[in-house]
Amino acid sequence: MDLVQAMLVVLWVGVTLYALLAGADFGGGVLDLLAGRARAGMPQRRLIEHTIGPVWEANHVWLIFVLVVLWTGFPPTFAAVMSTLYIPLTLVALGIIARGAAFAFRKASTELWQQRLFGAAFAFSSVLTPFFLGTVAGGIASGRVPPGLGAGDIMASWVNPTSMLGGVLAIGVCVYLAAVYLCDDARRAGLPDLAEGFRRRALVTGLAVGAVALVGIAVLHWDAPRLFDGLIHRALPLVAGSAVLGLVSLVLLWLRRFLLVRVTAALAVTAVLWGWPVAQYPAMLPPGLTVYQAAATRSVLGATLLVLAVGALLVLPSMAWLLLLQRRTPYDTGSHG
Amino acid sequence: MSGLSGLFGLTGLTGLAVPMSAAAAGPASPADMFAARMQMGFSLGWHIVLACLGVGMPALLLFTEWRALRTGDDEYLRLVHRWAKAVGVLFAVGAVSGTILSFEMGLLWPGLMGVYGEVIGLPFALEGNAFFLEAIFIGVYLYAWGRLSPRLHLLTGVPVLVAGVASAFFVVTANAWMNQPVGFTLEGGRIRDVDPWRAMMNPATPPQTLHMIIAAFMVTGFTVASVYAVALLRGRRDRYHRLGFAIPFALGAVFAPIQIVVGDYAARFLAEYQPVKLAAMEGVFRTRSHAPLSLGGVAVNEEMRYAVEIPSGLSLLVGNSPSTVVRGLDTVPVADRPPVTTVHLAFDTMVAVGFFLLLLSAWFAVAWWRHRDLPRSPWFLRLAAISGVAAAAAVESGWIVTEVGRQPWTVYGRLRTVDAVNPVPGLWAGFVVVLLVYAVLTVATVYVLRRMARASRTPEAAGEETHAPQEPEEPAQGATPATGDRG
Ligand code: HDD
Ligand code: HEM
Ligand code: HEM
Repeated sequence: MDLVQAMLVVLWVGVTLYALLAGADFGGGVLDLLAGRARAGMPQRRLIEHTIGPVWEANHVWLIFVLVVLWTGFPPTFAAVMSTLYIPLTLVALGIIARGAAFAFRKASTELWQQRLFGAAFAFSSVLTPFFLGTVAGGIASGRVPPGLGAGDIMASWVNPTSMLGGVLAIGVCVYLAAVYLCDDARRAGLPDLAEGFRRRALVTGLAVGAVALVGIAVLHWDAPRLFDGLIHRALPLVAGSAVLGLVSLVLLWLRRFLLVRVTAALAVTAVLWGWPVAQYPAMLPPGLTVYQAAATRSVLGATLLVLAVGALLVLPSMAWLLLLQRRTPYDTGSHG
Repeated sequence: MSGLSGLFGLTGLTGLAVPMSAAAAGPASPADMFAARMQMGFSLGWHIVLACLGVGMPALLLFTEWRALRTGDDEYLRLVHRWAKAVGVLFAVGAVSGTILSFEMGLLWPGLMGVYGEVIGLPFALEGNAFFLEAIFIGVYLYAWGRLSPRLHLLTGVPVLVAGVASAFFVVTANAWMNQPVGFTLEGGRIRDVDPWRAMMNPATPPQTLHMIIAAFMVTGFTVASVYAVALLRGRRDRYHRLGFAIPFALGAVFAPIQIVVGDYAARFLAEYQPVKLAAMEGVFRTRSHAPLSLGGVAVNEEMRYAVEIPSGLSLLVGNSPSTVVRGLDTVPVADRPPVTTVHLAFDTMVAVGFFLLLLSAWFAVAWWRHRDLPRSPWFLRLAAISGVAAAAAVESGWIVTEVGRQPWTVYGRLRTVDAVNPVPGLWAGFVVVLLVYAVLTVATVYVLRRMARASRTPEAAGEETHAPQEPEEPAQGATPATGDRG
């Protein structure tokens, strides 16, 4: 593996962790939206808040990590994507503001109407942000973002079949992950009823995501033939692996093996995510720009990888400690949110 | 020159923009260009206030919590608890407003990032590490209160402080590089031979990072002190409020004199490395010796009008002698000059605030030295009540000097702002939406902070997650009715 490939792997590890960690936080927001009326939904909302609270900011940093690695490692790709996909990315940015701020504000407010208002902002932006991120992925994957400044069509690059598929799948995956994680969290918090509710949601969204993925195969065949081709050849093991893991997760959910299904569900999502770059490699902005054409000079790649490796030695143990503390935090059933 | 666009140096842009941008989407329209610059300046200006608090608050928390541990004094603990709750909100808002900036670097300035992204990538990668540590340990600090031993809990605040200062350092090195771009060569539009460490440690790094980090502590100190100054003025003069005033004010007061020295260093630096910016700051149109220092005034037809001039002042400051020659704006073509009035007035504002805060700090120091107490005059508290806003205004003005004074360059001498901007149509619409969202965000942040301050004065609403079982209950502050202000 050379420096360029190493940088690409680091980039994609960042994307994966963002999807698995922050994705579930987004999904928590969607579930919050679906939790029902203020009083009835209160226990679910409290559990969601309890699990997201201490970790969402750290999870959120993975997005910044991805942006920085992209502009440092592959500057022309960053410039092309950001300039052409200006509209959905601006909406993503606004969604992030609304979500983070509203979450913190809701936690700090005591009156019902405030909690409702901030809660609604939190929940709606949790739906919109992954959707627009998904459309961005779809635009790149279907080859609609050419290299250059604002060189692509600023509308068609994200309003197209593959982008819509990407948006819907992104929401689905976030909700699914959140529901799966919450099953386990609810059980550990000693709330078996809630666990049952989340299990139902996880089963339903799991099936729905599977169905969308199946339809998606047809969409890609027709709208993004090059990606489709890669997915059924080089990336086939990953795609197949993801399907199998997805089915296994459904069975585990059915059997209420909540801790285990955390792992298999995360792996299933990881497999799909890695299928994309594997399918289109070495193209970075298909069809034209390859990873090597986009890559920064070796000295930059070397220095950045070094810095990130040293940083990981500090960051990963700290993060593990935070997650451990969060898991051990006793769930408090008092009335204060 | 007319109106706003004249103030920000946009005149002549239409002429410049057309032949220079070769992008497929065509060049950005002057309206879009203007919107992009305003949006960047606006969102950075917003973030910087939160960022200052993000750098400074951990210092206040750590110091006060350490005092609480040392003395076992409950008043310190109550202060820490209250500040910690505010930090939870401020930190979240700071993090999201910072994330937007990372987006905007690409959404608004792809011409910069597509070519030079890799040169300034290293500090941002380092900053990424710092952000992770900051976010992780702030999570631990805020949520693990009472689940860790008091000593360990105090220690978890240390990485937050270190990472906050480090992230300010790293991000400002990136900006310093835009002022002093070194560490690379350019061949056919692509970068070659990058030395990312040299780019990061460019000549502008020492003055800018030092000045900024000190500014962050000053903003935090004076802002928090302002809040308690208002409470003291309203008659809540108990020990709790006096401590809440004295600790942060002392933090600001320690740095106020140092900051003036560092600011002087920054200006001398400019005289040598960015003479055009210095000339704009002081409205020096023609290269000359015995250059005066102009206070106030506006630039009209290549001269300063209505300014109070200190004869030879600038020459003296720059070279310690009236005969020092100061390079003027005439050393570069008209198209390469920044807008003078904006930069000059911003600079004057910053310096004026610098001296105002210095005098206020001296007043405080003298009173403390003489009778171990705050100055007795209500005028001291009245002025202290605006010191936070003043310090923030100094930071904003300082950044206007730095960023507008660099125009028309985004990367000094290398890349013009017209070539950095995203050429897609409709940036102005994005700017309008961003303004609206920030307006709501500002109102909500202020509202929530005020509600929190009020709620925590009533005992039953005291926050639970910052409350350790072994720690004392927050005593009720019965005497004072819950009127609006914080404190
Ligand atoms: C509390 C805030 C504060 C205060 C009291 C001062 N400054 Fe400042 N100044 C800043 C906060 C600031 C800043 C916002 O932090 C800037 C913007 C960029 C930077 O590096 O620092 C800045 C920039 C800045 C620059 C431009 C640097 C550049 O473009 O490279 C100069 C020349 C000065 N300052 C000089 C001064 C002088 C002579 C001061 C005192 C009398 C002073 N500043 C007080
Ligand atoms: C946080 C404090 C900062 C503030 C308040 C600030 C302020 C501003 C302002 C007012 C502008 C618009 C200038 C104009 O009128 O053209 C601007 C532009 C810009 N700033 Fe900063 N700046 C800050 C720090 C930084 C840093 C650390 C970077 C780092 C990389 C940066 C990058 C830029 C870029 C790319 C532009 C647009 C191009 C240009 O107009 O030169 N800024 N900033
Ligand atoms: C002088 C300028 C700046 C300083 C001193 C500064 C400092 C800080 C600090 C201390 C934080 C974390 C604390 C908090 O959230 O309250 C923060 C957050 C952030 N800043 Fe800035 N910043 C500056 C400008 C910028 C610029 C120009 C960018 C991007 C181009 C940026 C990107 C970010 C990001 C992405 C975050 C969120 C990190 C997180 O989630 O913890 N900042 N900044």
